[in-house]
Amino acid sequence: MAKAWKFGHDIDTDAIIPARYMNRSEPEHLAAHCMEDADASFAKKVQKGDIIVAGKNFGCGSSREHAPIAIKAAGVKAVIAESYARIFYRNALNIGLPILECPEAVQGIEAGDEVEVDLASGKIENKTKGTTFQARPFPPFMQELIKAGGLVPYVKEKMKNA
Amino acid sequence: MGMTISEKILAAHAGVDQVVPGEIINAKLDIVHANDVTGPVAIKEFEKFGVDKVFDKEKITLVPDHFTPNKDIPSAEQSKILKEFAKKMEIKHYWEIGRVGIEHCLLPEQGVVLPGDLIIGADSHTCTYGALGAFATGVGSTDCAAGMATGEAWFRVPESLKFVFHGANFQPWVSGKDLILYIIGKIGVDGARYKAMEFAGDGIRALSMDNRFTICNMAIEAGAKTGIIEPDEITLEYVKARAKREYKIYKSDPDAQYEEIYEFNSAEIPLQVAFPHLPENTKSVDEASGIKIDQVVIGSCTNGRLEDLEVAAKILKGKKIHPEIRCLVFPGTQQILLEAMRNGWIEAMIEAGAVVSTPTCGPCLGGHMGILAKGERALATTNRNFVGRMGNPQSEVYLCNPAVAAASAIRGEIVHPREVVNYG
Repeated sequence: MAKAWKFGHDIDTDAIIPARYMNRSEPEHLAAHCMEDADASFAKKVQKGDIIVAGKNFGCGSSREHAPIAIKAAGVKAVIAESYARIFYRNALNIGLPILECPEAVQGIEAGDEVEVDLASGKIENKTKGTTFQARPFPPFMQELIKAGGLVPYVKEKMKNA
Repeated sequence: MGMTISEKILAAHAGVDQVVPGEIINAKLDIVHANDVTGPVAIKEFEKFGVDKVFDKEKITLVPDHFTPNKDIPSAEQSKILKEFAKKMEIKHYWEIGRVGIEHCLLPEQGVVLPGDLIIGADSHTCTYGALGAFATGVGSTDCAAGMATGEAWFRVPESLKFVFHGANFQPWVSGKDLILYIIGKIGVDGARYKAMEFAGDGIRALSMDNRFTICNMAIEAGAKTGIIEPDEITLEYVKARAKREYKIYKSDPDAQYEEIYEFNSAEIPLQVAFPHLPENTKSVDEASGIKIDQVVIGSCTNGRLEDLEVAAKILKGKKIHPEIRCLVFPGTQQILLEAMRNGWIEAMIEAGAVVSTPTCGPCLGGHMGILAKGERALATTNRNFVGRMGNPQSEVYLCNPAVAAASAIRGEIVHPREVVNYG
């Protein structure tokens, strides 16, 4: 079951992946240190399919694409936040990490809650509390882009089929 | 309807007469930039496109500055990827160690980025070039790769916020760093999220280019897409000695639309210190007075320019750095280092007991050359004071301008420069 990991406001990219690990860029290396400076135990405990839930301005700071890569490679299925920093938002979608903006869901989800996210409809279900929230769903092309694994594989696929 | 300088640059590069905030445009790029951290990831993505050349080998800049001179074997491998790609693609603007500098000091100095340009860079502080009257914004490695392949990128035209400084009568030692920290303290680290920050007024026009670069550099710390200043005589003076290609001056129309206009009285802004762990946690230097520090860092893409070194050196000259303090100086480029040396400023800093490094991003991002241990505290002229930014997650970074940094290095605790030297 997908478990929620809760973080506060202004979680910066240095907290998501500290620069001291950016002398390498392999996704599995980055995943091993994901969220380390916000929660040192996260990378060890996170399970495939878990969800990150955070406050406003998630991913502020540097332009490092290593940040969404680390989250995705750690097995996180989606991020739900009140809002995102601009560069992080674009980077996350470019590498195929689904990120939803939904302040109500952030208020209504506690750490450890079981959460299910349907990317097609934008529906967020807190199974622990029996509540549901509605985020704005991604348009079909963005869902395809995420499914393809990001912008580059998406564009390549499109070119192949053109 | 009138347009802002940002809207005019975006419209011109999209090949249209008019753009409005919120509109999505596809635009031609003048410069696509990456460094030794973001470049290798971008190159990996670029190679997936299956194209064998970049869109224009004169319009790509690759700068190995973050973990260089290479700090360990993995970072040496990253730098090698950058270098080999530059060679294979015949990239004109690649600099080897010894000629390189901190990217956002180097590219304006070398005249590679110019007024009116549309620039994307795989580094968040790419917004620095807005000081030249360019529209420059940070992107991730994938967008950078697409830019290197196609010479184009899509943009959402940002709303503009205007920050007007009235009067050139700043308090002693107040610099561009204090103005931008003051703004971030007022609007918060997401106060300009997705927006363009335009800085204006006779206060801004009185500032040197070095101070203007510092201001635009930190627009990202308010979440902005870019920071920008209309070019004037000071800009043109800086640019004309450096430009090797044509450039264009854009200015905001008198009836341009701003989402919000903030007005400040320059004389009222005191020296600023940003407390851990966000740049928005600003207070006046007097409120920070007496806080003990272990390390002082002077330099970076924010404050590693010639004037920054001058201010610090003049405070340190003839004085001694506190016996328990490590004071590390990082000039922005080799040229800056050389000029500071010729002016006697490097000598003054070394005699005072500072370490002067080769240009590198170094400790600013906790990379190397000055990492903090658990419980240690740094006062730095850099741009971010996030948790773990300069080393151990339980270390702390305070941000300030070069004068406060130099004075505090002497005292061993945060102090107003007037406590250490006379002004002027």
